[in-house]
Amino acid sequence: MKPPPFMYCDPESVDEAVALKSEYGNDSLVLAGGQSLLPMLTMRLARPEALIDINKIGDLQKIERRADILEVGAGVRQYELEDHPLVGELVPLLPEATGHIGHIENRHRGTVGGSLAHADSAAELPCTAVALEATVVVQGPSGTRTIMAQDFFQGWMTTALEPEEVLVAIRYPVTPWTAGHGFVEVARRVGDLALAGAAAVVNLDEDGRFTSVSVGVLGISDTTVRASAVESALIGEAPTEENIARVAEEIVPSVTSGDDLHATRAYRRHLASVVVSRAITAAVARAHERSNGK
Amino acid sequence: MTTSTAAKYGTARRTVTMHVNGRDVTREVSTRTTLADFLRDELDLVSVHLGCEHGECGCCNVLFDGHSVRSCLMLAVQGDGHAVETVESLSVDPTELHPIQESFAEEQGLQCGFCTPAMVLRTKEIIETGHEMTDAEVRHEISGILCRCTGYQNIVNAVQSAGAKLRGEAAADGAAGGRS
Ligand SMILES: Cc1cc2nc3c(=O)[nH]c(=O)nc-3n(C[C@@H](O)[C@H](O)[C@H](O)COP(=O)(O)OP(=O)(O)OC[C@H]3O[C@@H](n4cnc5c(N)ncnc54)[C@H](O)[C@@H]3O)c2cc1C
Ligand code: FES
Ligand code: FES
Repeated sequence: MKPPPFMYCDPESVDEAVALKSEYGNDSLVLAGGQSLLPMLTMRLARPEALIDINKIGDLQKIERRADILEVGAGVRQYELEDHPLVGELVPLLPEATGHIGHIENRHRGTVGGSLAHADSAAELPCTAVALEATVVVQGPSGTRTIMAQDFFQGWMTTALEPEEVLVAIRYPVTPWTAGHGFVEVARRVGDLALAGAAAVVNLDEDGRFTSVSVGVLGISDTTVRASAVESALIGEAPTEENIARVAEEIVPSVTSGDDLHATRAYRRHLASVVVSRAITAAVARAHERSNGK
Repeated sequence: MTTSTAAKYGTARRTVTMHVNGRDVTREVSTRTTLADFLRDELDLVSVHLGCEHGECGCCNVLFDGHSVRSCLMLAVQGDGHAVETVESLSVDPTELHPIQESFAEEQGLQCGFCTPAMVLRTKEIIETGHEMTDAEVRHEISGILCRCTGYQNIVNAVQSAGAKLRGEAAADGAAGGRS
């Protein structure tokens, strides 16, 4: 249970990190919070020639508002999303979902970029990124490019990151203050990866009907799933308990996970519609609170 | 490997200076040594217990710049220039226990003691928030550390008793004009 030897590099700028990434490509790995990578090293599941520690790069640790965007640097620690006043005010779904990542000891080190790059299909941050229609910013030898979160996650622990690229930031559209958000997950114990979970953001019109619904679902497939069928079926509907529960069933065909140690496929199919319906219900309650507080 | 990269990073050992339990220590370490192994093997801080070595059990928790972290999921080189606190900073003398350690003894918040240093440090971190915590809140806050022995109730009692003691001391200090 000891990491294999590697060349340890601790650059102080993004440019240098990218230069190292382009020099070593697939033979190198970025070390961010280490909460997933260190176990992979100690279990010898990863044997990079070069380890590129990005913890000294101050530019990756910023949280900034730019017009209608909240930009969060890849190196921002997960617990900062829970505590940072700007995050709670501008994208309130984030602190709520982040509190479900592992335990506080993991969130003290784990980073936003690390969770996205690791792309575990049961992880909270990829799911919120998809539901919030966030954009991932990556930098490679020829400059930066942006990728919609939905396209960034490509499969089981697979992303659109090229071997010579570093994830530098994520851009979240600021949530309108009239919108409601909800995050619900079911895990066997607090801190465990969820069996299934959902993040929802909704907007209602003056008559209280859905004008927009955005839902990301975790734990049910190789990657976070956007619940498009649920979303489109709800537009124009009244947010009643029956409507939400009925339409939430539309997520069931998207459940592709089979039986595993933690849950059967049948149970996950059941759970998927439950978490979707609960997350939307929570989001509706929030939207009502906001409009009543006007 | 280009010669410039090799010249800059191509060595398997590094000298690090870490502020550990209130004093600066400088050592040469292998870059692949974890912080947990460094604290145990180089500095003899054997309160840092290794259970799982992959982030699950929490027995290796230390305070890193004041925040609890898994020391098995960090490299010793990453501690360069940072402050680390292990339970040895509270007291190594069994006749002069820190109020938190005293509470764990009084409430029988331990059996085999394997998880105890991590629990004591986590207690220090959470009672610094200064407010009284319900059983459920304490359970949530310590949930990152696995105890195989106690069933947790006595640990919950110990955390609450330590919190009450330390809040009492802070209040008494305040009443006495903020003496330190
Ligand atoms: C006990 C435990 C419980 C956990 N529970 C959960 C949970 O419930 N939910 C959850 O989501 N996660 C959970 N995790 C994992 C979470 O804590 C990690 O933080 C996260 O998966 C990875 O983030 P990191 O910053 O630690 O990245 P690292 O571990 O440092 O890196 C992870 C991967 O991403 C790559 N990478 C990291 N940053 C970049 C970058 N900027 N550019 C390019 N590549 C990069 C690395 O090379 C590596 O392949 C848990 C971990 C533990 C140990
Ligand atoms: S030994 Fe570090 S968490 Fe178990
Ligand atoms: S006292 Fe034995 S593991 Fe907690």
